Amino acid sequence: MKKKCITNVRIIDPKNSIDEVGGILINEIGKIEAIGKQVSKGNISEAEFFDCSNKIAIPGIIDMRVFVGEPGFEYKENFRTLSQAAVSGGVTAAITMPNTLPVVDNVSTLDFVKRRSRDKSIIKIFPLAALTKEAAGDDMTEFGLLKLRGAWGFTDGIQCVQSNKVMDKILNYAKNKDALVIQFAQDNELSKNGVVHEGFLSTKLGLKGIPDIAEQIIIERDLRLLEQYKGRYHIALISSKKSLEIIKSAKSKGLTFTVGVSINNLSLNDNDIGDFRTFLKLSPPLRSEEDRLALIDAVKDGTIDVIVSDHKPEDEESKRLTFQQAATGASGIETLLSLSLQHVHNGSCNLNTIIKTLTSNPAKILGLRNGSLSVGSEADIAIFDLEKPWVLNKNNIQSKSKNTAIENKRLQGKVEKTFINGKLVFSE
Amino acid sequence: MAINQKEAIKYNHKHLLGIQYLSIPEVNLILDESLAFVELNRQENKKLKILNGKTQINLFFETSTRTLSSFELAGKRLGADVMNMNVLHSAIKKGETLIDTAMTLNAMHPDILVIRHQDSGAANLLSQKVNCAVINAGDGRNEHPTQALLDAMTIKMKKGKIEGLRVAICGDIMHSRVARSNIYLLNMLGAEVRVIGPSTLMPKNIDAFGVKVFTNMEQGLEDCDIIMMLRMQTERMDGSYIPSTREYYEFFGLDYKKIKNAKEDALIMHPGPMNRGIEIDTSLADDINRSIIVQQVEMGVAVRMACLKILMESKQ
Repeated sequence: MKKKCITNVRIIDPKNSIDEVGGILINEIGKIEAIGKQVSKGNISEAEFFDCSNKIAIPGIIDMRVFVGEPGFEYKENFRTLSQAAVSGGVTAAITMPNTLPVVDNVSTLDFVKRRSRDKSIIKIFPLAALTKEAAGDDMTEFGLLKLRGAWGFTDGIQCVQSNKVMDKILNYAKNKDALVIQFAQDNELSKNGVVHEGFLSTKLGLKGIPDIAEQIIIERDLRLLEQYKGRYHIALISSKKSLEIIKSAKSKGLTFTVGVSINNLSLNDNDIGDFRTFLKLSPPLRSEEDRLALIDAVKDGTIDVIVSDHKPEDEESKRLTFQQAATGASGIETLLSLSLQHVHNGSCNLNTIIKTLTSNPAKILGLRNGSLSVGSEADIAIFDLEKPWVLNKNNIQSKSKNTAIENKRLQGKVEKTFINGKLVFSE
Repeated sequence: MAINQKEAIKYNHKHLLGIQYLSIPEVNLILDESLAFVELNRQENKKLKILNGKTQINLFFETSTRTLSSFELAGKRLGADVMNMNVLHSAIKKGETLIDTAMTLNAMHPDILVIRHQDSGAANLLSQKVNCAVINAGDGRNEHPTQALLDAMTIKMKKGKIEGLRVAICGDIMHSRVARSNIYLLNMLGAEVRVIGPSTLMPKNIDAFGVKVFTNMEQGLEDCDIIMMLRMQTERMDGSYIPSTREYYEFFGLDYKKIKNAKEDALIMHPGPMNRGIEIDTSLADDINRSIIVQQVEMGVAVRMACLKILMESKQ
């Protein structure tokens, strides 16, 4: 592979505190050889040049919550279609959820996922394994063996471990293996049959609500348990203002853990559901505007560490039903960056903070060496135009499933090139 | 002059999906039209030809006696061909989705689809997929517009007006589409609406709909003109919302003692079917000086005839 040189680009690399205009030199084996002001067309011989004036280069995005259909739901998304969607949005690595058929709760299924992704995926796949067998919440999986075979963390994905006893054992045992435990926080009893945020809208539409306390009760419990064991713990998604109060108070007492949020909960509220728009049936549900604003503040002040797409492709048939019966989730990996940039454009967050939550923070939580533009690291790079306006048209969605929550939305900021291991995998 | 005014008021929708989408003139138009049909229904010859050649399909996914028969009679009296789809024996049971059923029926070119479904929003979904007019005959906990219209009609007939009346809706507000439609409609027509029930059966933020919330029935009934009782919708409940029906009757069942708090001439309504001895004292329910439950059923046919007629006219 010939050397590549990206020039005249604004480089933002939160991990190395870089924000300057310069160049990035990628060597023959796809690693970053040099970066900064000194890299320019004048002092590099022999290289393929990419002039990216007025564009921004960031480390490839690491999306920490992605559902891929393999194995079992290939008709919704496979590794190939996921990759195409991802690279068009500057995502170079996906952390995949274990909620497949069968569930990734054993070494051989994990091995299947690893081999399939190695053969079919363009982007880097870092699989998570289930916390409990069949994600049923009863018996813990083989954390040690699964970690040895390449599970980067453990979560029941769309399920939340309900039993206090099981969760106690999980956090206790996971500490031995230094395993990362990721919880989707939602009490099953309080949220049973619920499909939207419990509030004015649930009453207006006559839909069963999911109270925000269903989230808080689990977070509160888990943090109490964590206090005892002090292992690696991450809250997958939070959706409510009151959860933030609990999190802040625990952090102020010195407890160490991390928190994620879905871009959907940062960008939309329950009113957007309007008259039963099933594409906005999400989990956790879109909550009130007050909640949404509090979540943005928490990204800004660092209470929330990562923003995820919560990419959950669902075929149209499972969305063309009544709201109660429709499937939950939205496809969103390719719009993660553009939607996040909205919060930069409207002045609620600075660019560096947003990029950090999409790159270096997820890398740090998972212990990945990616997520930065350090010299010697793999050249996973996204280049985007911060200002470019565009409209999300359903027909242009790359994912196999077109169930976006933001159809026809006007966006500002678009990915133009994506490199993985120095290879140009997407260019517009 | 009066004729011109009436012509000026139009029904501006293709469907009747909920009271929340209607304006005051549209509601009044329906109520005015209903009045003529009340008279007609009391005569010996009740048959009209207004809907001759039109096809009306009643698509009921939930069991119903009074609403289904009321819609069937309304259509037949106006001259429409009426077909009742018995969903229990249809392809729905074989896994067909609501939209596929709708598309199948749509291909038969009906003029009106009357739908009742257990899921909120089902009528809205159907209306997006078919070419004919859709009437919501009750969707989940969302709306039951013709019930609210017939209730308003009944009140108007009995009290001569709605504006300024104090109306209490009592019982299982949370699971009730009748409550929601009535709250919209009675508020729109200028009544003072109260909701009474245990807080476990109150939906969140219900006060934001412009109603006063009472968890004490005696207080809630004070000086009320109309008392609307609701059925405990046990089939929509997952788990226990009240300790027992015995306890519920003690505190929220309407009896001769509690009704003393309301006005002396207060009237009792119930959308049916009633659970005697749970939400209402059985002799009170049959008290002809108090209960106007039978009149509600009578108004139901007239109001539904008016709705069918207006929808067909607005299509032309």
